[in-house]
Amino acid sequence: MQLISSLTDGLLLGFVYGVAAMGLTLIWGVMTVINLAHGPVIALGMFGTYLFFTHLGLNPYLALAPVALFGLLLGFIIYGMAVHRVINAPHLSSLLATFAVNMIIIGLGTAIFSTSPQNIDYSLGSMQIGFLTIPFSRLLATLGAVLFTAALYLFLYFTRPGKAIRAVANNRRAAELMGIPSSQVLALSFGLGTMLAAVAGGLIATFFPFTILSGGPYELKSFVICVLGGLGNPLGALLGGLILGGLEGLIPTFMPVSWVPVVEFGLFVLVLLVKPSGLLGAK
Amino acid sequence: MMILQVQDVTKRFGGLQALTDVTFDLPAGQILGLIGPNGAGKTTLFNVINGVYAPNKGQIIFRGDDITGMPSYEVARRGMARAHQVVRPLHDLTVRENVMVGACFGREGHSLASAVQKADAALAQVGLSGRADQPSGLLNVAQKKRLELARALAARPYLLLLDEVLAGLNPTEITEMVDTILKIRDEGITILMIEHVMQAVMSISDRIIVLDYGQLIATGKPEEVAANPQVIEAYLGDPEMTARLMAE
Amino acid sequence: MKFWRQPGFWLPLALVFLWGGIVLVLKQDTIRETTFTVMMFMALASSLNILLGYTGYVSFGHIVFFGLGGYTGFFLISEMGWPLYPAALAGGALSGVIALLVGLAVLRLRGAYFALATIGINEAARAFVSNFGPFGGATGLFVNFSAYEKYGGAGQALWTTFTFLWITTLVVLLVSYLVKHSRFGLGLQAIREDEDAAMVMGVQAPRAKTITYVISAFFPGIIGTLYFFKNGNVEPGDAFQLHMSIEMLVMVMLGGMGTVLGPMVGATAYQGLRGYLLTSPIFKDLHLAVAGLILLLIILFVPAGAVGWVRGRLPALRRVLE
Repeated sequence: MQLISSLTDGLLLGFVYGVAAMGLTLIWGVMTVINLAHGPVIALGMFGTYLFFTHLGLNPYLALAPVALFGLLLGFIIYGMAVHRVINAPHLSSLLATFAVNMIIIGLGTAIFSTSPQNIDYSLGSMQIGFLTIPFSRLLATLGAVLFTAALYLFLYFTRPGKAIRAVANNRRAAELMGIPSSQVLALSFGLGTMLAAVAGGLIATFFPFTILSGGPYELKSFVICVLGGLGNPLGALLGGLILGGLEGLIPTFMPVSWVPVVEFGLFVLVLLVKPSGLLGAK
Repeated sequence: MMILQVQDVTKRFGGLQALTDVTFDLPAGQILGLIGPNGAGKTTLFNVINGVYAPNKGQIIFRGDDITGMPSYEVARRGMARAHQVVRPLHDLTVRENVMVGACFGREGHSLASAVQKADAALAQVGLSGRADQPSGLLNVAQKKRLELARALAARPYLLLLDEVLAGLNPTEITEMVDTILKIRDEGITILMIEHVMQAVMSISDRIIVLDYGQLIATGKPEEVAANPQVIEAYLGDPEMTARLMAE
Repeated sequence: MKFWRQPGFWLPLALVFLWGGIVLVLKQDTIRETTFTVMMFMALASSLNILLGYTGYVSFGHIVFFGLGGYTGFFLISEMGWPLYPAALAGGALSGVIALLVGLAVLRLRGAYFALATIGINEAARAFVSNFGPFGGATGLFVNFSAYEKYGGAGQALWTTFTFLWITTLVVLLVSYLVKHSRFGLGLQAIREDEDAAMVMGVQAPRAKTITYVISAFFPGIIGTLYFFKNGNVEPGDAFQLHMSIEMLVMVMLGGMGTVLGPMVGATAYQGLRGYLLTSPIFKDLHLAVAGLILLLIILFVPAGAVGWVRGRLPALRRVLE
């Protein structure tokens, strides 16, 4: 009973983790850049939803639409300012460039929002299924995560820009030879990646309190999820998110909750060593 | 004496059969040319011979010892050196320091001090002595190819694998490089070379072997191979190559 | 080519020797504290550079060796009553052993995969130590004041710690120079350029990388012990800060990767800038954002770092600015 209820809890959260990780893995898959500004963008998504809700009285779920747009634009800006010039440089350059963006966002965010916790005071009550009590906010967040995943999938497989993204991810030089404007595609991919981060942040903000620093742990979780699902594989990220969420639900029923990160990061390193292409990956 | 014996070597990458039962011998002191259309598995064969990949099946015997599955640095220490097709010198170091890497970690394993002399000797052999103190990043393509060759020579190998050292050179540079290769052979170093510049490889090789789709389809003296219908057919998929081959 | 005849060998050592010497003569606590921080980051960044700069492997979670070594040394001092010197060396040794074991596994990974794995190791170590009873779990360990008595009281103990750090920094710089200018270092630079080609030339890459990883982990273990001994306590949040790990990378990058002098310059510049921004009335609230902006500009426009840039522009100075 306890087990099933905490597993459900974890899995529902896992969908949201999956969305955040999908953003990270999409960027990696297309341009082999690890975006260290991912966490702060998640935090900005939280604050975006919060501001729309408290200042404009917008329903937090409707606020996701402007937050997503904002995430997309922010991604274009970050790509143009920090990433474009180092896209072909050694990994360290793009890591540090995105980390510099991380510092800038956190620095500005701290100055504007301070670091005291905020929360969105919007309760929907909860639903009773047998012995399970599921808060509606979790359920809606899951639904939102599924919708965004489906939208991303449709975009990548059935639209021209989506197909261009996949072509560039597959082989950038070949795609360029076929006349695909790779700079625009890279910027778009980066924008989509940060959009997913902002949306994930918005969803998380509907049930957890947050500060400008709150994105950090989700960024780390996204690393773990991406590796579980295979770096560069968006659908794998959703599965990885479910695995991580499931583990977070299950582990505390066996051992103290403080062991969760030991298991998570231990598993992360293990998968990197044994199967760097991820649990889903080929060979 | 056979310096290198390749026996039934098979290499697969996932579902892709890169090499199938490749067998050949290389007598000491000769130049053996390895030709074949693009994607025939030539570079893969080099990678299997010098230990970058372990074969799925078969054996590599080098100077009488079975070296199958040995790491590439161990193979290098036993006296097999290789000049790569894509040259990536240590751009922050001088030309001499680059060549010292070969002397320090090659067959003779020199200390830094004695590696300096070996490096200078190798540079003289390839005609780069004048540039020893320049940063290697400043060299042009032909000079970089020579640097790569010098690095391999400084290892004092018994067997030298050359991967398209003539590619990207102009006709004058090709003639000079061919002379250098012949001189290296005359010093007693055995050479196995992948080459697309047909005229050159036909003129300097003692024997030629031909790979197509990972299989050895012909072996023999240059003129025999050039007349082999199977070889001509293999190259037909590659019209430019065929033209060059027919022009011999 | 004898190294002691090269100005590039003496310059970093002389600078650090003089700096530390002056601080010891002046005997002022505030100057010592500032210098301690700068010198600690100099030594940490230089240790990291031995791996990062010479082999090109980006150890993103390098702070794990500072944390684990520091915890071990601190544990030996506070719980076992060891004196500072052997405890710090034991902290370094433990970091080295961990690096050996971890390195055998993770150094097979390349590029970003290696970087990610080192982040994972740091986070796993932090989480593990938070649960590890002997190390005090999440609350960490405190040193008993009597431990400082051996060194003539807390005030004197801080000077002893500073002196030890000063010597450690000199040793790190010495090792960094010797590695760079050895046969071994030549092999490392070949690995940095193209690992497969280096192996084909006979460089035993797996062994060389592991040895380098151990060297670059040993010193952070010593430094961690000194740092936590100075602070009087150690806790998981302080010992395994990923942020500090990234700052080390930033310092190496600012000064110039793969140079001996670069991490020194980078650490000094970074700490100087930080100090200025934190106390400046204009930038105080925005110090992180301004630092980020400067970092971004440097990565985009001076990727070789300060020392690398000067070396590129003025080849005549190459033998001086190693």
